[in-house]
Amino acid sequence: MAKYIAKRILLAIVSIWIITMITFFAMNAIPGGPFNKEKALSEKTLKELEERYNLDKPVGEQYVLYMKDILHGDWGVSLKTGRPIWDDMIKKFAVSAKLGGMASIFAIIIGIILGAIAALTRNKLPDRLIIFFTTLGTAMPSFVLATLLLLVFCLKLGWFPVYSATDPNYTLPVIALAVYPMAYITRLTKTSMLDALNQDYIRTARAKGVSKLKVIFLHALRNALIPVITYVGPMVAYILTGSMVVENIFTIGGLGSTFVTSITSRDYPTIMAVTIFLAMLMVVANLLTDIVYKFVDPRIKLD
Amino acid sequence: MDNKEMKRSFLSAQVDLSKFNAGNFEKATDEEKRQKDVMGESTTFFKDGMRRLRKNPLAMASIVVLFAILLVIIIAPHFVPYSYDEVVTVNGQRDKTMTNLSFMCYSDKELIYMDETGEDLFPHIFGTDGLGRDYFIRVIYGTRVSLAVGVVAALMVVLIGIIYGSVAGYFGGKVDLIMMRIVDIIYSLPDMLIIILLSVVLKEVLGGKLAGTVFSKLGTNMISMFIVFGLLYWVSMARLIRGQILTIKNNEYVLAAKCIGTSNRKILIKHILPNCLSVIIITTALQIPSAIFTESYLSFLGLGVSIPLSSLGSLANDARAGMQTYPERLVIPAVIICLIVLALNLLGDGLRDAFDTKLD
Amino acid sequence: MADSKYVLEVNDLHTSFFTDSGEVKAVNGVNFKIEPGKTLGIVGESGSGKSVTAYSIMQILAQTGRITSGEVLFKGEDITKYSEREMQKFRGSKCSIIFQDPMTSLNPVFTVGYQLEEAIMLHTNKNRAQAKERAIELLKLVGVNDPEKRINQYPHEHSGGMRQRDMIAMALACEPDILIADEPTTALDVTIQAQILELMQELQKKLGMAIIMVTHDLGVIANMCDEIIVMYGGRVCERGTADDIFYRPAHEYTKGLLRSIPRKDNMKEKLVPIGGTPINLLNMPEGCAFCPRCDAAMKICLNQVPDELRISDSHLASCWMNVKELYESKEA
Repeated sequence: MAKYIAKRILLAIVSIWIITMITFFAMNAIPGGPFNKEKALSEKTLKELEERYNLDKPVGEQYVLYMKDILHGDWGVSLKTGRPIWDDMIKKFAVSAKLGGMASIFAIIIGIILGAIAALTRNKLPDRLIIFFTTLGTAMPSFVLATLLLLVFCLKLGWFPVYSATDPNYTLPVIALAVYPMAYITRLTKTSMLDALNQDYIRTARAKGVSKLKVIFLHALRNALIPVITYVGPMVAYILTGSMVVENIFTIGGLGSTFVTSITSRDYPTIMAVTIFLAMLMVVANLLTDIVYKFVDPRIKLD
Repeated sequence: MDNKEMKRSFLSAQVDLSKFNAGNFEKATDEEKRQKDVMGESTTFFKDGMRRLRKNPLAMASIVVLFAILLVIIIAPHFVPYSYDEVVTVNGQRDKTMTNLSFMCYSDKELIYMDETGEDLFPHIFGTDGLGRDYFIRVIYGTRVSLAVGVVAALMVVLIGIIYGSVAGYFGGKVDLIMMRIVDIIYSLPDMLIIILLSVVLKEVLGGKLAGTVFSKLGTNMISMFIVFGLLYWVSMARLIRGQILTIKNNEYVLAAKCIGTSNRKILIKHILPNCLSVIIITTALQIPSAIFTESYLSFLGLGVSIPLSSLGSLANDARAGMQTYPERLVIPAVIICLIVLALNLLGDGLRDAFDTKLD
Repeated sequence: MADSKYVLEVNDLHTSFFTDSGEVKAVNGVNFKIEPGKTLGIVGESGSGKSVTAYSIMQILAQTGRITSGEVLFKGEDITKYSEREMQKFRGSKCSIIFQDPMTSLNPVFTVGYQLEEAIMLHTNKNRAQAKERAIELLKLVGVNDPEKRINQYPHEHSGGMRQRDMIAMALACEPDILIADEPTTALDVTIQAQILELMQELQKKLGMAIIMVTHDLGVIANMCDEIIVMYGGRVCERGTADDIFYRPAHEYTKGLLRSIPRKDNMKEKLVPIGGTPINLLNMPEGCAFCPRCDAAMKICLNQVPDELRISDSHLASCWMNVKELYESKEA
């Protein structure tokens, strides 16, 4: 077990390292450097900036210096705002985390419940309805859903207020983010429930005289949830990337929309910092998922 | 009394022999016996699967929908006299009222033209956009682009995945170990972030250099998307194929082929891959909507196809600005994306239900 | 309800599965009775309906399965009329079943101890601690070594033979009146097979339960059973003692089975398999179920299901060949 965890951690570190390298060298490949674009700067200012950002050193060294800074908490300064990136990033992340967290919990809980219902009422009306909605759910990209929700429920019907930082209404954005993962989890739960219910040990439980309810919710569900856990990692990734668009559409000032604007405004330090941050989040999420999975399924001992 | 006599005495007490005649005890012919033995008709794997697929109404409906869409996007441009990237003109003249026309409306100059000449101008089925271009034809082209991108990306992914997975699975051992470690690493990289990153970078780096080449129309964003697809997205297909191969490799017929001296390459191509075929087809069917998703997502972020090419995603994105006044311009491409993705998903599911014999 | 000499009586049982492709008639009129403490063997190939018969008794059929007619009398009471709650009380405490594959029949995410304790607490008033004690006792009873340690392990940590012992322990937890064993040794090594069978016989002597042994393995049946019934196509072909069946088979199917296995008393003879393929239960033929594969099939076999006729005090068979024998002897 310890070996497995160590391996996974190593993998995570390697991934992060690769990403930071890709990010850094990609940004540096852009010709003309980060400063010459926007304003006309005096020779002296340019020189000072170059020194400040180590741009006069070879690229490899720049990378090492950059990583050192990151590890010390200095994630650079935004070109656009002139402020240190880290503080703003964390503030914005708090907003995104709230949104993403709510969407995740919503997706998981509702997804599992619906999936179980679908498995138990197979081919009857509840199942068919659930199949219908989940199929739709997996076919709608979050940005489509987000724009439609905004259009219909917020702008046209006025049922929900437009989001603002002082009066945050998370309902529509959470729905927009949660629908796809929820639909996916529903289908996953249903399939693995059906699978579990077909297993021999369920027959044994029935033969022992265990009540139907217990057979389903204790014996079968416990097994059925194992594959669902493995989805949590990818779900985090989906929600993080989905939040970029959803925040954009609902004008929520979270990390995702910051990322998008930094792209359009060519704020390279921010792009780099946010990419690395988000990537680290995804890698850690996957790592945790892998570890939890091994704890939950006693059958799997080694990698 | 011995056993036989005992048996006879028991039986005669129970059986009324007068009910039987010699004919009853004549031997039944093989033909007569065969008639009683009704087995299901044997079919090939393919036929059996197709039969199951045909019984699935959603999958069948999806096929119809996809066909319909394909038909429209192939034929429509021949009928619609407008081009997707040119502003509509009347008799070579520009018309200020050409912009933002509603469904089936004509601009002022067009109306005048029709009155004067009595000619019927082809209607603007979806109206026109903010620049005066016919929206219907733009949607048609957008669909073409989206589908093309989706299919090409999916095929690329599938091809790389199959080759990589086959090699890893077939050779096993150290080769497999190393290749799968690489897959693990790639798998853990956040693809979307890298695509975005690369798009931004490539735009700057390649920007001017592409003009004049065949890639210029595609735009740097698309190229970076394809590059990232080619670098990252094939991993799940590779894993799938490798798993299949590992299972099949251990089957006896492969051993038999080896014993008579078949080369590795031949075994791979003739025996193993056909057995993976159903998995390959299903995954491809499900990969296309995923690629379309990604492309439209990128387009929505402004990182998709470059002007003047339009994809459904970029059309939707462009329509965001005027969302409140002209919602249909956003809704139409959005609905079509959903329709295509839905149809492909249903088809993929249907294929899986029909051909994956392990289920249920 | 009337108390009966028999602990279990199955009368004209019919069970079908209602699938998308049609009604699969798995059991078509099966009858048998068992007395307490005796062992009944049910022999047949895959698809003969033997397992479905067992599952019908316990009513643990798959969702699409149903008893369509007949009765199952437990000590005189018809349990097919029981409600689900009454069945739950019946299962595991009055009648238990052990299955073929102990690997898949135990829940992989719970410890062996948990599953044993569950069986115990379901039907008795014991609390968890007492149940644990009893569980350890049971494991000792079935011959699992080091039970205190074993009880906290997961099924995959036990060997195949040990898992089958765990299952037996679970089945006997509440000292049932009937134990059904569905192919209990098929998934085990031969040496372990013998141990398990011995164990079952020992436990039967100790606890006095009736055993129904369902198997396709004639060798297993020969030693253990007081009465044997041979099934094919959901029907009983022949029933009798081991001697009757092995030395005086009176049904062509049984004869075919015996010809296809190696026997000490005819080592030199060639093994003759039964030709053809197993019956299609979706489309049962009109006459005898075995007719299409029977070498001795006659015209009457094509259209008429044979009556079950008594051949001796202990032996009955449903085969027209016996009537033919009688007919020809009268003619002679």
